[in-house]
Amino acid sequence: MPTACSTRSPARRSAEPIAAAALAVLTAAAAMPARADGLVAYRIVDAAIPASLTGQPGDATRGRAIVANRQIGLCVLCHSGPFPELRFHSDLAPDLTGIGNRMSEGELRLRVVDASHANPQTIMPSYYRVDGLTRVTPALRGKPLLDAGQIEDVVAYLKTLKE
Amino acid sequence: MMRKAAILAAMLVTALAVPALAGEIAPQDRKSGYTGMSAENRAMQDDDTINPATLWVLDGEALWSAKAGAANQSCAGCHGDAAVSMKGVSARYPAFDDASRAPVDIEQRINLCRTRHQNATPLPPESRDLVALSAFIGRQSRGLPIATPDDPRLKPFLARGKALYTQRQGQINLSCAQCHDDNWGRNLAGNIVPQGHPNGYPLYRLEWQSVGTLQRRLRNCLTGIRAEPYAYNAPDYVALELYLRQRAAGMLVETPAVRP
Ligand code: HEC
Ligand code: HEC
Repeated sequence: MPTACSTRSPARRSAEPIAAAALAVLTAAAAMPARADGLVAYRIVDAAIPASLTGQPGDATRGRAIVANRQIGLCVLCHSGPFPELRFHSDLAPDLTGIGNRMSEGELRLRVVDASHANPQTIMPSYYRVDGLTRVTPALRGKPLLDAGQIEDVVAYLKTLKE
Repeated sequence: MMRKAAILAAMLVTALAVPALAGEIAPQDRKSGYTGMSAENRAMQDDDTINPATLWVLDGEALWSAKAGAANQSCAGCHGDAAVSMKGVSARYPAFDDASRAPVDIEQRINLCRTRHQNATPLPPESRDLVALSAFIGRQSRGLPIATPDDPRLKPFLARGKALYTQRQGQINLSCAQCHDDNWGRNLAGNIVPQGHPNGYPLYRLEWQSVGTLQRRLRNCLTGIRAEPYAYNAPDYVALELYLRQRAAGMLVETPAVRP
């Protein structure tokens, strides 16, 4: 089905490891280089993105604020989780409670960056992607749902969700 | 053996937890947005004396017999008693318009009557008078089944509407179908996702504090997924309306309904 989920061109996919390899020669602490679309390049290894997009660990407190915000993270539109302050319930997606036990850091990062990697039909948006989208509101075109720093904050928070 | 049984049981549980995915809703499973509402909101819709949309219907009734335009002609002048002439009309719109060779929705039809027969200017989209007339005309179909015309000329427009309905769009990259066919009945931040039927429009939405048309509702869903809404009266809106109507064929008109 030619929905927008069949987006990434094979060319782009294979270009990523090259960009990531080029990275190795850069200093490790610096943020990864931008791709043509302005996003940081990342490498997928065994259904995970092992390396931080910023080269730094994220901040779990900021991450929680992003996840629990229905305008910024949007996560709670679909997921429930340990958010007693929210007075609503969402059940379009699995509860996030204990997700830090079920998934590794790299798996969590890939899930948030590009949920369609695991499930092309998923309703979960890919938070770090700007291509292959249709009729995006003009002011938001070319912008991912979350930037690399926000993704790392979210990942840092999800890691803390242990039971 | 034990292990196998456990795996099978786990698979069964997963299969049960995941509802039937990706598909059109069978006619016997169609549910109006009314069924997912609170008792208070249902009561508000059921009783004309407390339904806020009644004010719009009454305005529409007055406009029906008011002379307008250079022709100094009222709707009633041509159509007579709306209870007779407008019965079932909204239930079969959008319909094909010969002159424009495209489907028009009921609000566009009202404006075509204004320009073609009353020599009046078209009423602006979502203006009080247009919504009032549409609510009054729609009221004459309340309780009747939606009956989209079986007109072969509508086919390409229906196909366009269906394509738009299943197209992922916006920064959030969701299609109408992913919410309204695949996830209806679930909780989206405390709102029950309805099946997305058009049978109540124009209707009073508490969030709007006013009566609005189906296009206004579609605009809300598009901005919700951070997609650029179409301009009012764009052919793509009418194509979507047409598809939604056909998808709801046989459901009873509730105009003017109430929704949260
Ligand atoms: C529009 C709905 C939607 C939104 C918004 C959403 N998700 Fe998801 N998410 C899903 C669905 C559905 C799944 C189940 C697996 C699948 O379909 O891919 C899922 C799966 C996951 C998983 C794996 C869960 C498991 O138990 O395997 C994680 C982790 C996750 N989401 C985190 C997030 C975070 C963090 C955000 C916000 C930054 C978010 N999601 C926003 C729908 C959503
Ligand atoms: C992210 C989920 C989502 C998507 C995608 C979505 N909608 Fe909706 N829609 C809703 C919700 C939730 C409501 C109920 C009102 C509310 O809470 O905003 C609704 C209401 C409606 C209604 C009104 C139903 C009634 O009973 O009055 C219609 C019609 C509709 N949507 C059509 C569409 C169409 C057409 C599209 C695509 C252009 C679309 N929706 C995309 C979630 C969605």
